[in-house]
Amino acid sequence: MEDEKDYALPGFDTEAKDNSRRNFLKQSTLLTAVALTPGTAIKAADMRLDEKIAEAFEKMPIKLEVNGVAHSLSVEPRATLLDILREQLDLTGTKKGCDHGQCGACTVHIDGHRVNSCLTLGVMASGKKITTIEGLAKGDELHPMQEAFLKHDGFQCGYCTPGQIMSAVACIREGHANSEMEIREYMSGNICRCGAYPNIVNAIQEVKEGAQAV
Amino acid sequence: MTNDTMTKGMSRIDGRLKVTGAARYSAEFTPAGMVYAVLVGSTITKGTIRSIDTKAAEKAPGVLAVITHINSPKIAGYQVEPGKQEPAKGTYKLFYNNKILFNGQPIAVVIANTFERAQYAASLVKAQYNAETYQTKLADNTAKAFAPEGDGKKTRGIADAWKTAPVKLEQEYIIPSESHSPMELHAIIAKWDAPDKLTVWTKTQGVQDTQDGIANIFKLPKANIQVNSKFVGGAFGSALQVWPHEVAAILAAQVVKRPVKLVLGRADMFTSVGYRPNTWQKIGIGATTDGKLVGITHEAAGQTSTYEDFNEDPVGVSRSTYACPNVNTVYKISPLDIGSPTWMRGPGEATGAFALESALDELAYALNIDPIELRIINNAETDPDSGKPFSSKYLKEAYKLGADSIGWSDRKAKPASLSKNGWLVGYGMGVGMFGAYRDKASAKAIMMANGTLIIQTAVSDIGPGTGTAMVTIASDIMGIPADRIRFDMGDSSLPQAPSQGGSSTTATVGSAVYQACTDLKESFQKLIGNGGTDKPDYVEVLKKNDLPKLEVTAAVSGGPEMEKYAMYSWSVHFIKVLVHPATGVVKVDKAVCVADSGHIVSPKTARSQIVGGAIGGIGMALMEEVIIDHRYGRLVNNSFADYHLPVNADIPQIEALFVNKPDPYLNPMGAKGMGEIALIGMAAAVANAVFNATGKRIRELPITPDKLVGMEDLLES
Repeated sequence: MEDEKDYALPGFDTEAKDNSRRNFLKQSTLLTAVALTPGTAIKAADMRLDEKIAEAFEKMPIKLEVNGVAHSLSVEPRATLLDILREQLDLTGTKKGCDHGQCGACTVHIDGHRVNSCLTLGVMASGKKITTIEGLAKGDELHPMQEAFLKHDGFQCGYCTPGQIMSAVACIREGHANSEMEIREYMSGNICRCGAYPNIVNAIQEVKEGAQAV
Repeated sequence: MTNDTMTKGMSRIDGRLKVTGAARYSAEFTPAGMVYAVLVGSTITKGTIRSIDTKAAEKAPGVLAVITHINSPKIAGYQVEPGKQEPAKGTYKLFYNNKILFNGQPIAVVIANTFERAQYAASLVKAQYNAETYQTKLADNTAKAFAPEGDGKKTRGIADAWKTAPVKLEQEYIIPSESHSPMELHAIIAKWDAPDKLTVWTKTQGVQDTQDGIANIFKLPKANIQVNSKFVGGAFGSALQVWPHEVAAILAAQVVKRPVKLVLGRADMFTSVGYRPNTWQKIGIGATTDGKLVGITHEAAGQTSTYEDFNEDPVGVSRSTYACPNVNTVYKISPLDIGSPTWMRGPGEATGAFALESALDELAYALNIDPIELRIINNAETDPDSGKPFSSKYLKEAYKLGADSIGWSDRKAKPASLSKNGWLVGYGMGVGMFGAYRDKASAKAIMMANGTLIIQTAVSDIGPGTGTAMVTIASDIMGIPADRIRFDMGDSSLPQAPSQGGSSTTATVGSAVYQACTDLKESFQKLIGNGGTDKPDYVEVLKKNDLPKLEVTAAVSGGPEMEKYAMYSWSVHFIKVLVHPATGVVKVDKAVCVADSGHIVSPKTARSQIVGGAIGGIGMALMEEVIIDHRYGRLVNNSFADYHLPVNADIPQIEALFVNKPDPYLNPMGAKGMGEIALIGMAAAVANAVFNATGKRIRELPITPDKLVGMEDLLES
């Protein structure tokens, strides 16, 4: 078995990649060498350098502020915000339900607006403030919407719940929670297969009517 | 129980973890060195793989391996013993040979160091096929149907006696295939700890059944396999067996010698983890003019795959729901070139009840008898199928509770005679029933020196709130508050528990928890001496006896009462619909579901379970349908955009009512199951309400607007 470092996932690297330009230049030079000299090419292939070069070429530096914590990351442009949150930052509270923007399980707030993180590339979110379900409570003190979901049993399996709660908070902030009908309409982008819809509506209504700020 | 009293009940013990995002599901663990696997599916429906080109994928950045039937390590459990024939049917064998049995069948798995790279590389795998003609349409293949058991026929009294009745009808009812579509994608992380030792985090309804399944496939000692599934993001029957993608991840982890994560895509969820099968049914039913049933004939033909016989007995409901002297049933299955179906919430009964409860409604109109009255006339006082007494049955009380709540007295017997604000209004009802079971289970109860009670058992919780129910039981017996109790589950190394399915968890595992706590309390009482006290001070007793803890393991199973009584849970669903006469849009305006589920152990979660099942039933009635393009044998609506299921805007407030009377025999809590009956009978209740509103009888689900459109005349008349 190879040693741990060799197969550590790129995204789990903790050191900031602010030297990526230097790496890029170094690897470009290497690439040229690979192109010109067969002997070096064979040696490079043996060391899987091609892969390492490709990895550097394929990545972009981004900065995300997630739940108040700044992250400098190096990501592939095709990586979604959802996969970056889950696979690189280990923030698994944001769920993958469809990966096609059809279920709402991946809902997060970007600069205060609810967004399907599976339809958002990481590079699109660079420089923005992201709030996930893990960032909603103030320490041990739950957000009123989290309390209301508990009280009204707004879930069963819990998988759609983080997305429902993020969407519910935004639903009130947007001013779309003025009646039961309106809540149902504006919460229809979040599917719950266990069927907690009436409880979710009740939870949102209670928070809307309550005195606490959302 | 009103909404208000429900919110005051005990909240879920794992609720805080779920609302904060701290609950970790199967794909959410990160063993060191973990890499990612993505499956490649077949693009043809039937035939053989002529060649498969994996070179481009293998060369793609980050790719560690590509496994196909050509280079797959031999899976020990798949091999046929020397001298024996390959069995004609059996569980699908991944990468076993070059045969394609259904569209989307996994033909390769690509492993790479990131998910994106694995997904991209998977797109580079190209196969050449020798395609063969296939059959994917049930309607064209009912002639090939065969009985999964014996001749598939069961007769009580005289066969086809309904034909001799003065009032009779015969109709066909069809349900399409339906997808479980739990919100959590099926996922597994497989990690080999040694060449013969494996740990998996996988979505399963039963960690120990999965442990058995993997042991059989990979021929490993059961003790060497650790299965974890602490949180399951819904399943509804889709996680009751080891699926090919789980085998793929375990195999991949073996090949690349690293932990491998494999998460199915949403499209794969429609083809790779089962579905409720498309089923054709025909019911002949007849009664005397005063409504006494004379006979029922119930035939069904459901789809299965070419490689497995899936048997869910949808006709059983006609043998046991009503007192009817003459009942004959015929059940067959028809093999199609599609992956195997599997159990889905209310398996068999949900399908059968749509036909039976629709037919009862049709008969009620033919007799001009109220549908509830017709059911009361034919209420079975003992189980008509076995002749045994029921352990408990409060169906008549359930009718009354539900009828009062929905406002049944506002219903008009003549269809299409009520309207409101330009919408046609109708009322309907339907009955659900499902066997109440109790299986074998064990639980360990440990009282710690600090007064914390730990309960351990290997059960899973796919959503109903099993932990909450178990803690409620333990709290009642031990006389300690719920927040002093920790419940450990979803881990195959814990005491034996069956898979969560068939509405049997509370009856089964609850009994084990009940017994373990009762025994533990008795141990304390013995330590106290003189008969002890009803409320022992556990901390004090442990301290006095210089004990760090006291623990008891109890193993329980159903007793002779299981043989003596017929045990069923019952439900009645009441629906008020609004139907738009011009567009045919159906809106559920009000729903009331009454459950005869024995004593309700955990009222708040029980209510949610009934409401959730009702919503599943509304989906079945109005929108759910797996659609196959038979020109290609391929699913066309394998996404949440195209496979319609209920969203918030489709669902009104739903009232869940409980008879809440204990069953005296099934288990010490007096609880019966409720997961299945929450859904069973609902589709018919909606269809019956649509008929009451419009006079149109829809016998093929789902009841989409195209089947009702153009009824403007009804409002004008």
